[in-house]
Amino acid sequence: MMRYNMKQVVVGVAAFLAAVAAQAGEVQMAVAANFTAPMKQIAAEFEQATGHKALVAYGATGKFYAQIANGAPFEVFLAADNRVPAKLAEEGRALADTRFTYALGTLVLWSAKAGLVDEQASALREGRYNKLAIANPRVAPYGVGAVEVLTALGLLEAATPRFVRGENIAQTYQFVSTGNADLGFVALSQVMEEGRIPKGSAWVVPGEMHQPMRQDAIVLTKGKDNPAAQALMAFLRSDKARAIIRSFGYGLE
Amino acid sequence: MGFSDGDLAAIWLTLRLASITTLLLLLIGTPIAWWLARTRSFWKGPVGAVVALPLVLPPTVLGFYLLLAMGPHGPVGQFTQWLGIGLLPFTFWGLVVASVFYSLPFVVQPIQNAIEALGPRPMEVAATLRAGPWDCFWSVVVPLTRPGFFTAAILGFAHTVGEFGVVLMIGGNIPGVTSVISVQIYDHVEAMDYAQAHWLAGAMVIFSFLILLVLYSFNRGKPQVSP
Repeated sequence: MMRYNMKQVVVGVAAFLAAVAAQAGEVQMAVAANFTAPMKQIAAEFEQATGHKALVAYGATGKFYAQIANGAPFEVFLAADNRVPAKLAEEGRALADTRFTYALGTLVLWSAKAGLVDEQASALREGRYNKLAIANPRVAPYGVGAVEVLTALGLLEAATPRFVRGENIAQTYQFVSTGNADLGFVALSQVMEEGRIPKGSAWVVPGEMHQPMRQDAIVLTKGKDNPAAQALMAFLRSDKARAIIRSFGYGLE
Repeated sequence: MGFSDGDLAAIWLTLRLASITTLLLLLIGTPIAWWLARTRSFWKGPVGAVVALPLVLPPTVLGFYLLLAMGPHGPVGQFTQWLGIGLLPFTFWGLVVASVFYSLPFVVQPIQNAIEALGPRPMEVAATLRAGPWDCFWSVVVPLTRPGFFTAAILGFAHTVGEFGVVLMIGGNIPGVTSVISVQIYDHVEAMDYAQAHWLAGAMVIFSFLILLVLYSFNRGKPQVSP
């Protein structure tokens, strides 16, 4: 059997990895769970347009923060809010000047029952529901938005005893879609298909009833010298990506 | 720095949930374990497999299907509505039912193993001395298989305290009703409030260690089952 010394092996492996990285042009991404569906389309279009490949992990923004702070290999972060990217930039874990708002969340009051929710949200106003599902406002921006809407309607006090709180907007959606909660504030992107809401009944909350729910993207320090990371950030601002984002019910700046 | 009101409510709730669940598990699990240990029926395999199933599914997935089953369109939900007690999700008793289901294998298997290890002989001897089945069980089987019951109770309790995915799904995180310690810690972490999380997690670990230490020290020196 042939024998290699350690140095040769290390150099060989390093050369191989460098060659692969240069060729494939990969970018490691962490993406907020609520953006899963549009991101899949964007990643496919991105690969087609640039030849770079986006390797995407989907999850909760707070969890990604903990992972990034402890050395996770992500290069680009698409968060569910603007607070966490700002914090990462402040701590020197991300490049502040790359931060921008890639999508604005839209809230919708939704029920799996047809006809329960109308344009006046009267079921909510008159208390005709068993439970109201919201995302936990402590950890999820959509929950903060929901509380602001209830406050604006003067219904917060009446609704609070009937809250059930999802840990994220996906779980909140499950509470409503399984029929366990009559009503819930979910993301428009969860119930919208090809520009309309095919199931149940819904009231799209006017944007002026709550603070804009900015979802910010940022390049992390690990992606500083990766051209694929820069290409991805540019692609997110392209007309193609913006059309995809809008088709899932998100707003844009 | 210390515990918030929410933390204290979560601690009390968790202890209540784990105690009630353990009690119910011993009541439900013992006959199942007994039957599994003794039967020669064809159904032994299938029933044993069903009892072990909660080990297979990831907790949030299990929680999701329990949510469907207990929901207004699910079989359990239809049944509870028919009984007039409404729906179980987002209530304390909904958590109890889910926890009993989820921790069942941890209680059934130690008891089943202990009874199997005991074998039929002690029961037969007791029967020849005219002990009825009930008497046999309490004065022969329980004393001789005590370590099995003991392990079952500890595992059932500990597993319920540490459970997260199922309660998150079934509970809806309502303070004082379904917001247990594990969910509370998760919230602190997600909100990047790490100091609060460290406090609660630290207290949970120390408390659990002390309880287990006391119980295991207490159990040492008790007669072990010899097959």
